[in-house]
Amino acid sequence: MDIRSKVIEIIADQAIVEPSDLSDESTLESLGIDSLGLVESIFEIEEAFNIQIPFNANQPNESPFDISSVATIVQGIEKLIQEQA
Amino acid sequence: MKRVVITGAGTINSIGQDFSQTINSLREGRCGISSLKFKDVERLSIKIGGQIHDFEPERHFNRQQLSLYDRYTQLTLIAADEAIAQSGLTFNGELAASTGVVLGTAGGGVSTWDDNYRAVYEEGKNRVHPFVVPKLMNNAAASHLSMKYNLKGPTFTISSACASSNHAMAQAFQIVRSAQSPVMVTGGSESMLCFGGIKAWEGLRVMSKDACRPFSLNRNGMVQGEGAAIFVFEELEHAKRRGANIICEIKGFAMSSDAADIVNPSKHGAARAISHALKDAQVNLEDVGYINAHGTGTAANDKTECAAVADVFGHHADKIMISSTKSMHGHIIGGTGAVELIACILALRDGVISPTIGYVEHDPECALDVVPNEARDAKVKLAISNAFAFGGLNAVLVLQKV
Repeated sequence: MDIRSKVIEIIADQAIVEPSDLSDESTLESLGIDSLGLVESIFEIEEAFNIQIPFNANQPNESPFDISSVATIVQGIEKLIQEQA
Repeated sequence: MKRVVITGAGTINSIGQDFSQTINSLREGRCGISSLKFKDVERLSIKIGGQIHDFEPERHFNRQQLSLYDRYTQLTLIAADEAIAQSGLTFNGELAASTGVVLGTAGGGVSTWDDNYRAVYEEGKNRVHPFVVPKLMNNAAASHLSMKYNLKGPTFTISSACASSNHAMAQAFQIVRSAQSPVMVTGGSESMLCFGGIKAWEGLRVMSKDACRPFSLNRNGMVQGEGAAIFVFEELEHAKRRGANIICEIKGFAMSSDAADIVNPSKHGAARAISHALKDAQVNLEDVGYINAHGTGTAANDKTECAAVADVFGHHADKIMISSTKSMHGHIIGGTGAVELIACILALRDGVISPTIGYVEHDPECALDVVPNEARDAKVKLAISNAFAFGGLNAVLVLQKV
């Protein structure tokens, strides 16, 4: 499964919506994912791609990993897979 | 001081999926102790326990809830649903603001610790699920119960090993008796039937490999159980005004510390808790007809407990029926006092004394009427429930028929 489809699957599962309801522009906020849902999403992504995502819930905006939308998450994962390979 | 009654009761344990099943099992002297089933059980030397086998969490909780609820929390919520439904109360406005939850647990989310230690130590994983902490914490069950029913009053968990539930119910009783709130939800829960939970207990060499036989000369140790029991404690006039079904009255309690030994029980500490509880309840000791014993089935507890009862009651000790229902549901550790309160309810409300099952041989050091093997019909005005924990912490409740 490609990165984008897997990310959409994880986020849709958290938001309890169908994967087909998500697009690249979908944000976690617009999907109603709360702070616990956010850290669980990050955990699921780390597990799925075997990567470490730098993220501190106290400083969510200062993370080098942009968690705001499906597109930025996919880009972040691609970068981390390259770096951590 | 207000009078306090029980208007709701719920439970899940190895001898009943709910309150009425548990009552029936106590009447019938049914044993819930069986072969333990969980990962790595073959590496244990103790392989029996009062485990709830026919419980499917997926039928009760959705995936998100399961990611946050350790088994001890799941059992708490199931028992609480039953107790609160039975009470007929709904919580909003002032009642919601004052009603709180006081629960007892010794270990909290033991399986959650165990599963995640296994993941990082044995399986070499470097990451655990983000909800591990909110899932394992000892107040998780009290908090989820508070959130589910909008209970915004004093809410906390008491952890005093095997006396946790009795200490918790004593606190809830205090809150209602002192008019801080007309209603409190209380009880306890424990679920440490997992590899690490039993392995730790094995080390103490106090566990039986075959059965829990309290007071019997051939007793050879305790057997662990799991379960929860939750009660609604309500101020008497509040309950009467709304026409609630009153199950029994809580008359008093006392707590004491042996201040002596971290594991060995003390007759004096136990006796002080019992006699102070009777004094707090302002009752005559001759009116006590039933004692739900701590009765763990260890050599030390049972003879010490019988000696304490004999000291407090004198000649009347020979007329008291004293039984240990741990012979049926096992020792539910921090939840045990709550589940055992049901035996007191059965005695007071229905006039049925739960038996001590597995009783084989008279022990001269436990020379009281331990209601061996078969339940007995008897009218009882007052019952007391003993809990004497490791660490020498004792808590005794006194209940009265209504």
